[in-house]
Amino acid sequence: MAQVIVVTSGKGGVGKTTTSAAIATGLAQRGKKTVVIDFDVGLRNLDLIMGVERRVVFDIVNVIQGEARLNQALIRDKRVDTLSILPASQTRDKDALTREGVATIIDQLKEDHDFILCDSPAGIEKGALLALYFADQAIVVTNPEVSSVRDSDRILGVLQSKSKRAEEKRDKVKEHLLVTRYDPNRVERGEMLKLEDIREILAIPLLGVIPENESVLRASNTGTPVIMDQESAAGQAYKDAVSRFLGEDVPHRFLEPDKKPGLFKRLFGGRAA
Amino acid sequence: MSWLDYFRANRKPEPPATASAAKERLQIVLAHERIGRTREDFLPKLQMELVAVVARYVAIDPGKVNINLDRGGDMSTLAIEIELPGPPSVRGPRAATG
Repeated sequence: MAQVIVVTSGKGGVGKTTTSAAIATGLAQRGKKTVVIDFDVGLRNLDLIMGVERRVVFDIVNVIQGEARLNQALIRDKRVDTLSILPASQTRDKDALTREGVATIIDQLKEDHDFILCDSPAGIEKGALLALYFADQAIVVTNPEVSSVRDSDRILGVLQSKSKRAEEKRDKVKEHLLVTRYDPNRVERGEMLKLEDIREILAIPLLGVIPENESVLRASNTGTPVIMDQESAAGQAYKDAVSRFLGEDVPHRFLEPDKKPGLFKRLFGGRAA
Repeated sequence: MSWLDYFRANRKPEPPATASAAKERLQIVLAHERIGRTREDFLPKLQMELVAVVARYVAIDPGKVNINLDRGGDMSTLAIEIELPGPPSVRGPRAATG
C-alpha cells in the first residue's frame, strides 16, 4: 500500500524542499517507486532543486482543472528511473488547489507508487494544510533555532487535529523529526541548541540530523539533489535518514565537533576542510 | 590557515565552481517566467487544440499523447508525440499482441 509522506515545518527556509528532493531521490534509489509533489502554488521551487525546471509543461493545477492528464504533468527523473516530480503552478494562486482535486491525484498516484512525498509550503494556510491532509507519515524539518522549534511544535499540533487521519479518528500520522543545518562546533561552544534539547522539547522520534554543509548550496546551484553527492556529509546524512525511514538501524553521524588541531597541525598542517 | 599554505596554494583540489551554473539556470527560467507574467500560459491550450485537430482525422487514444518541453536560452523545443493506431486491415486478431 502506498504511503503518503508530508515534509513540513511551519517555518520557511529550514530545508523542506532540499529534504523533499533528497529523501524522494533516496527512496527511489532504493528501488521504491516514488513521486514528489510541490504544493507551493505560486512559489514553486522543487523543480529548480530537482534540476527539471526546463522540462515543466503542465503542473498540479492543470491536472486539477482538467487541462492535462496526470501522467502528462509528471516529469520523469533522468537520473533515477523510479522517481517522478509533479510541479506546482507558478502563475495561479493557492485557491486553485482543491481538496477533492488533490484527493483524486493522490488516489491515482497510489495505484502505481510506493511513496508519495508532499513538499509543503511554509505557514499553516491552505497550501500547507492540503499538503499534510492526506499524510500517513510526516517528516518535520527543524533547525536548531528557537523560532523553528516553536513552529515545528505548532505544525505537530496541526497534524494531530487537521489531518484526514485525525478527522477520521484513525491511527495518528506517524511523526519523524529531521534536524537540519546542525553545526556541532557551535553546539559545543554553547551557541546553538543541542540535539538532545530539541528532542526533549518536541518529543517525537528522530529520523536524522543533517549537518550544516557547503554541499547543500552546491547541489542547489546545479539542480542535483544533495543525496547524490555521497562525498558530502549532508548527502551521507540524508542517505542514513532514508535507511532509517525504511526501518534499518543506522547510527547517527556528524554529531561531534571537528577535532581541535594541535599546535603542530595548526602551524604546519593543511587548511581546515 | 597556517603560514606554510602561502607556498602551496590549491594543494587540495577544490570542487568545481557551481555558482555560474546557478546563474545560467536562473536566467533561462526567469526569462520564460517573465514572458508568462504578461501573457497567458498558452501551452495547455496549444496542446489541446493540436490534439483536437489530429483527432478530427484519426481516432487517437488520449492516453498515448506525450508532451515534452525543453526550455533553452536561445531556443525551446516542444515535442508532442501522438501515437496513431495502425490501419484497420492490419489489425487482425494478431493485433492483440501489439
